[in-house]
Amino acid sequence: MMPRIKGSSKQLIPWLIPGLILVGWQFLSWLGFIPQRILPAPLEVLQAAITLLSTGELYEHILVSLGRALAGFLIGGSIGFLLGLFNGISKYSELLLDTSIQMLRNIPHLALIPLVILWFGIDETSKIFLVALGVLFPIYINTYHGIRSVDRDLIEMGRAYGLKGKSLFFTVILPGAMSSILVGVRFSLGVMWLTLIVAETISTHVGIGYMAMNAREFMQMDVIVLSIVLYALFGKLSDIIAKYFEGRLLKWNN
Amino acid sequence: MEQLEQQLKRKKHISLQGVSKSFGDHMVLQEIDLEIEKGEFVAIVGKSGCGKSTLLRLIAGLEQVNKGTIIMNGEALTQLNKYARMMFQDGRLLPWKRVIDNIQIALSKEKEVKAIETLYHVGLADRRHDWPRNLSGGQKQRVALARALVHDPELLLLDEPLGALDALTRIDMQELIEALWNDRGFTAILVTHDVEEAVAIADRVLLIEEGRISLDQKINLPRPRRRTQIEFSLYVEEILARIMNRKPYKEHIVKKPIQTVSV
Repeated sequence: MMPRIKGSSKQLIPWLIPGLILVGWQFLSWLGFIPQRILPAPLEVLQAAITLLSTGELYEHILVSLGRALAGFLIGGSIGFLLGLFNGISKYSELLLDTSIQMLRNIPHLALIPLVILWFGIDETSKIFLVALGVLFPIYINTYHGIRSVDRDLIEMGRAYGLKGKSLFFTVILPGAMSSILVGVRFSLGVMWLTLIVAETISTHVGIGYMAMNAREFMQMDVIVLSIVLYALFGKLSDIIAKYFEGRLLKWNN
Repeated sequence: MEQLEQQLKRKKHISLQGVSKSFGDHMVLQEIDLEIEKGEFVAIVGKSGCGKSTLLRLIAGLEQVNKGTIIMNGEALTQLNKYARMMFQDGRLLPWKRVIDNIQIALSKEKEVKAIETLYHVGLADRRHDWPRNLSGGQKQRVALARALVHDPELLLLDEPLGALDALTRIDMQELIEALWNDRGFTAILVTHDVEEAVAIADRVLLIEEGRISLDQKINLPRPRRRTQIEFSLYVEEILARIMNRKPYKEHIVKKPIQTVSV
């Protein structure tokens, strides 16, 4: 048994290491151990953030990136979820589709970048397509696995009590598969950011990735670091959202 | 005359005629003939793997017969038995539904009062907002019992529902089931490996051996039955001996009702 930790320290302890690293980094920069050309000090990054915020530029980049991430996630996630659902429930659907999906799944989706550029050009569609493709498979696999591993006895119980079709699905099958589905969601959120970062460095004129690539042209180290920090924060944010849903949907298990 | 026939028919709540069931090459039940009256409490005992649970599942309509017919309320059973509710060995509560919602799974929302009432009858009305994982084994089975009874079934099927409980909780549950059966007058079929439990609760004990009913024993003891009664022990012993030794008895061991001995 782990000892119980009080509320406020529970909130603070996870931020101890990131905080110490920031303070140490700032300190070493002051002393001149970390040259500006290699890595700007945290305060400079903060300064860059404030400047970019005041012009409204940062705001736009963030919004566009978030929009791409969300659109890709929703499209890929829904397709993966539906495919997992059909293949989990119907033997015929599984026979027909699973082999093809497994083959596609093993192609690294980022390897398709040249093809995707030729298909969709370099505008929004190609980025959303890549994110959707990356997100699809983790959600598919976990939904499929979740539905296949719902306790057969519970399904039989539901049938014996007169549940069928929709009511059986929503009362027994979907809740039974939910924890596995949420694992897929959490995993795919990671894939979502990864894909977006790569996709945004291809060629674009707005977005966090663009901001970083553009800053490289002008050797603006602070902006480059800022965009990396932003990705880290977004990663943490999506993790918090995923945890929130796990807490809500799986509260019977806590 | 016709009326009398009808009455006779109605009295036979369930009747099995030449029922056989096999899984692949493995014959589980062979040519079972059985009649159960309305309101009767029947216990089925036998070694594990003898086919007693399969028989129950056939009557529930969860499995289909290979041969023969099962007639329930005068109709041949071809699908799920709508008059019956089953209580499973492991309870099978949905872990993601609170106690009250578990009871209401196949019940319309307006019947919440009835759900609470049924929970009250099994003594768990105050736990209705708990998650199943926070209940003890016995409490889970009480909820499962309430879930079965909330539908007012004519036939309650009990598939070793007390097998996993400790001895004290088990006696508690047996008394509860008997009391509810007394109150509501449903027909009950209990599958159990515990002969004492069968004798304590049932009007009639069936022994299944190698897929056939090898013993059909009426228990002529007044209720409530006390386990300390000599007749009680006699019934238990006779049936146990029959199960363990498999002596080639041609007739039932306890042929006549045992004389009551004053203790």
